[in-house]
Amino acid sequence: MKSGLKRSNAPIFWSLFGAGGMLSALFGPVLVFITGIAVPLGLLLPAGTMSYPKMLAFAQNFIGKGFIFAVIALFLWFAAHRIYHSLHEIGIHPGLLAKLLCYGSAFAATLISAYVLLGLGF
Amino acid sequence: MSKRRPYVRSMDGWWKKNPFFVEYMIHESTALFVAAYAFVLLVGLIRLGQGEAAWNGWLEAMKSPLSLVFHLAFLVAIAYHTYSWFVIMPKTLPPIIVGGKRVGPAAITGGGLLAAVVASIAMLALVWRIAL
Amino acid sequence: MSDTKKIIEIEVLRYQPESDTEPHLEVYKVPFSDDMSVLQGVQYIKDNFDGSLTFRWSCRMAICGSCGMMINGIPKLSCETFLRDYYPNRVRVEAMAHFPIEKDLVVDLSGFIGKLESIQPYIIPREARSLEQGEYIQSPEQFNAYIQFTSCINCTLCYAACPQFGLNPDFIGPAAIALLHRYNMDSRDGAAEQRMELVASEEGVFNCSAVGYCSEVCPKHVDPANAVNINKTNAAKDYFLRFLSPKGGSK
Repeated sequence: MKSGLKRSNAPIFWSLFGAGGMLSALFGPVLVFITGIAVPLGLLLPAGTMSYPKMLAFAQNFIGKGFIFAVIALFLWFAAHRIYHSLHEIGIHPGLLAKLLCYGSAFAATLISAYVLLGLGF
Repeated sequence: MSKRRPYVRSMDGWWKKNPFFVEYMIHESTALFVAAYAFVLLVGLIRLGQGEAAWNGWLEAMKSPLSLVFHLAFLVAIAYHTYSWFVIMPKTLPPIIVGGKRVGPAAITGGGLLAAVVASIAMLALVWRIAL
Repeated sequence: MSDTKKIIEIEVLRYQPESDTEPHLEVYKVPFSDDMSVLQGVQYIKDNFDGSLTFRWSCRMAICGSCGMMINGIPKLSCETFLRDYYPNRVRVEAMAHFPIEKDLVVDLSGFIGKLESIQPYIIPREARSLEQGEYIQSPEQFNAYIQFTSCINCTLCYAACPQFGLNPDFIGPAAIALLHRYNMDSRDGAAEQRMELVASEEGVFNCSAVGYCSEVCPKHVDPANAVNINKTNAAKDYFLRFLSPKGGSK
């Protein structure tokens, strides 16, 4: 066995990446369709699907709150991990800066969404 | 004296040298679209937290032609992410044994894609139920 | 019958460490018959055009794993790749990607050999057994858990297919991790915890970004990508669970 091996901290980021990758693979397309296409164009779904009272109620519901949080946070952790690795792959190795930009924005978005969601009450 | 002088080739542009790698970079780049969409949702959530007028402003913004074009691009890119995620899954999952036999790659990919379709329909149905 | 033979152009990446500063391509016009492999084409060049052309080969039947080359940019065993499949186009033959070129088509495999040693590629018995106690009994299910990963012939085509190895030569890489997994999955072996130190290290499985090309090019269908990715899950479990039961793994 080699000596001087250092344990990688990748499992933390890799787990978030995997969870976000799976969540976005399962629900990404349909969420984009609902929020970005069907509702704005008034297609398929009833009028007022995303009206303020409905969305507020959804964001105040325990499950709804969790879902919004998981989607925003995990999508971004997934993307951050992939983008960080892609930068390395195309030969950009600015190290700390790239890391901060990728994972830092995911971390910030996680905090912000948690703050807003908690502020909306239960 | 050793005449050895091992030559190390550059990795520059490696992803352009093989169609397999080109596809890899394309499916990896879908992460940019996932990130962009998540930021749109984050802005929406912040606007929701700021009250009804702010939320309605966000809803209006989502109706702009530019937003629609962007979301169409998100849809295509993220759907491709879904596809590629389940294509690679047979290589990432531990063996699944059913009835003493290992489930094949096509069944795993097919099962994943089916799960995505079911999840999508369930989500649409749920939103419909809440909306009515 | 040599006058009826077709002629194919073989472009070879040459590198002579004593005289060249960098590799360059040279084209040879090689007469071939339909049963000739790329390896035989390269042998023809050595025998008829330039005796200094250097490459590895041995069995000519895809079992020794010596003759891996990049053939039109794809890692392949040159003995089981046929010139007829490229004719009438030119075929380009280069040393396996991502490895340092020693000379012409020969690469420096010492890094790989070191990695093979580092994974402890032998059974470290789960329990000591005396001769009187008899053989280790293994069920077909236990056998099936690892047999696929025993098929590796150390041809290192998977390394030539792995951009992450190209980007970080310290990465333990597909074949060595597949073999590591082979011993971990063997019911007679009890050293998975020892090997975890390497799996979970910065040289370990998390260098892999699931490109998956290693498994595509593997001539023996070992599926090294699967071994690497299963061990990501194992390493992640080890990472989080060590707080509950502190043993094994690296520091």
